Amino acid sequence: MDNEALKTRLTEILPAITFEEGTALLTANVEAAAWLLLAKALRNEAALGFDYLFCVTCVDWKTHIGMVYHLESTSHRHSIVIKVKLDHKKPEVETVNHIWKTAEFHEREAYEMFGVNFLNHPDLRLLILPDGWEGRHPMRKDYDDPVNMIKL
Amino acid sequence: MLEHVATTNAEGDLIINVGPQHPATHGVLHLVITLNGETIKKVEPHLGYIHRSIEKMCESLTYRQFIYVTSRMDYLSAHINNHCCALVVEKGMQIEVPERAQVIRVLMDELTRIASHELWWGAMAMDIGAFTPFFHAFRERETINDIMEETCGARLTMNYMVPGGVMVDIHPNFQKRVKDFIQLFKSKVNEYDELVTGNIIFQSRMKDVGYLSKEDAISFGCSGPTARGSGVSCDVRKLYPYDVYDKVQFEEVLETAGDSLARYMVRIREMKQSISIIEQLIDNIPEGDFQAKTKAVIKLPKGEFYSRVETARGDFGIYIVSEGGTTPYRIKFRSPGFSNLSALDQMARGSKLGDLVAMMGTLDLVIPDIDR
Repeated sequence: MDNEALKTRLTEILPAITFEEGTALLTANVEAAAWLLLAKALRNEAALGFDYLFCVTCVDWKTHIGMVYHLESTSHRHSIVIKVKLDHKKPEVETVNHIWKTAEFHEREAYEMFGVNFLNHPDLRLLILPDGWEGRHPMRKDYDDPVNMIKL
Repeated sequence: MLEHVATTNAEGDLIINVGPQHPATHGVLHLVITLNGETIKKVEPHLGYIHRSIEKMCESLTYRQFIYVTSRMDYLSAHINNHCCALVVEKGMQIEVPERAQVIRVLMDELTRIASHELWWGAMAMDIGAFTPFFHAFRERETINDIMEETCGARLTMNYMVPGGVMVDIHPNFQKRVKDFIQLFKSKVNEYDELVTGNIIFQSRMKDVGYLSKEDAISFGCSGPTARGSGVSCDVRKLYPYDVYDKVQFEEVLETAGDSLARYMVRIREMKQSISIIEQLIDNIPEGDFQAKTKAVIKLPKGEFYSRVETARGDFGIYIVSEGGTTPYRIKFRSPGFSNLSALDQMARGSKLGDLVAMMGTLDLVIPDIDR
């Protein structure tokens, strides 16, 4: 499917979806509550077939937290970027770990580094940070540790 | 004595630690393994022993500076990481790269791939008990390092590729030395096959070990030789060609068995493809500039940029969120090792503990690439 056809089909699935203009890859914004429904359709619908989740990024926008999912279809070779906006104080979103298994590790990383709570994740605990680190999120913009400096 | 090295859980399974200091993990990888007798029930990687928070560090580095830290991620693919950085900045700034620089970059990438696969091959054979191949592999790898040193000034963390091209022109000896190396290496690859690939003990330790199905490989986000061993077509050089990869002839190496031997064969065959790419380019380096003229201060326009390359381990990507300043607002490195490692649990379940080393070997893990 080309980008126009993708846009049409995704709008049918989720009328509230919005697309960004002027991006290199097709980029769509969805509400956190609708993400799981869309994710299932993206993966399971034969004509969409987005089976390869190659990048999961979390961005701290200071006013909100953004999750960015980069998806590709290995059969149709089309790509899409899905952005989900989360609340800054209480970032919560459904896990997609049962749809794309790679999400398990990526979500654990976003959980410890940004404090995003992935609902229904089977094993949401620290992956990279040492035990007992809970509660501080080093990749957040407001994180500052004068002893163990990360910012240069 | 036992309680110092292992514990048991409620079901009576033994829980043991492999690493963080263990010769077979090639770096500081820590695996917590649940065992029933000698059968693996679960493998849990514990990461972060070499986490330097490179992504956060890059938020205060300019678009010229951040390239240097990426050499320290997947240090065996330093050139290719640098290449990705250069590509993403060029994409944002719409810089036209001179053809000479493009060819030099691809040559360097492929030499790096051979060097990386050689190190992997030696270490892989050593993991499962053959010591001699390690010396054979390092002997040839040394030649590549010498070639790199002559042109880039460094043997491991090259930092040679910059936005707009390469930092300096190739050394006058470069072409001759590469050709000599290729001539030598062609016979050596066959020697590797004779020495290890055909060995019956080696075959039986690798065959049907660590099976990964095609569906799982895609679902776990595997890429590179790990995924191609399961028959997933995922070579970024073929799918989304960058620089002169669309002008050279090469074959995407695919194996369908999905076991450790298949992943091994992919890398061996890939070395031969790299030789072919180098042969096509080495006599055809166009004349001209080795670097495009760029502004002294690079400011990426507001927006998001994603760039992908094929490192020796797979699909490496850089995602930059720019606010229009001299430093990125957020940078994400999509490292192939991180996703490949997540499939280890799936591969290992039900296998014997002794086979775990063969599986880890064929994943070709570089821990700084996983931890970042």
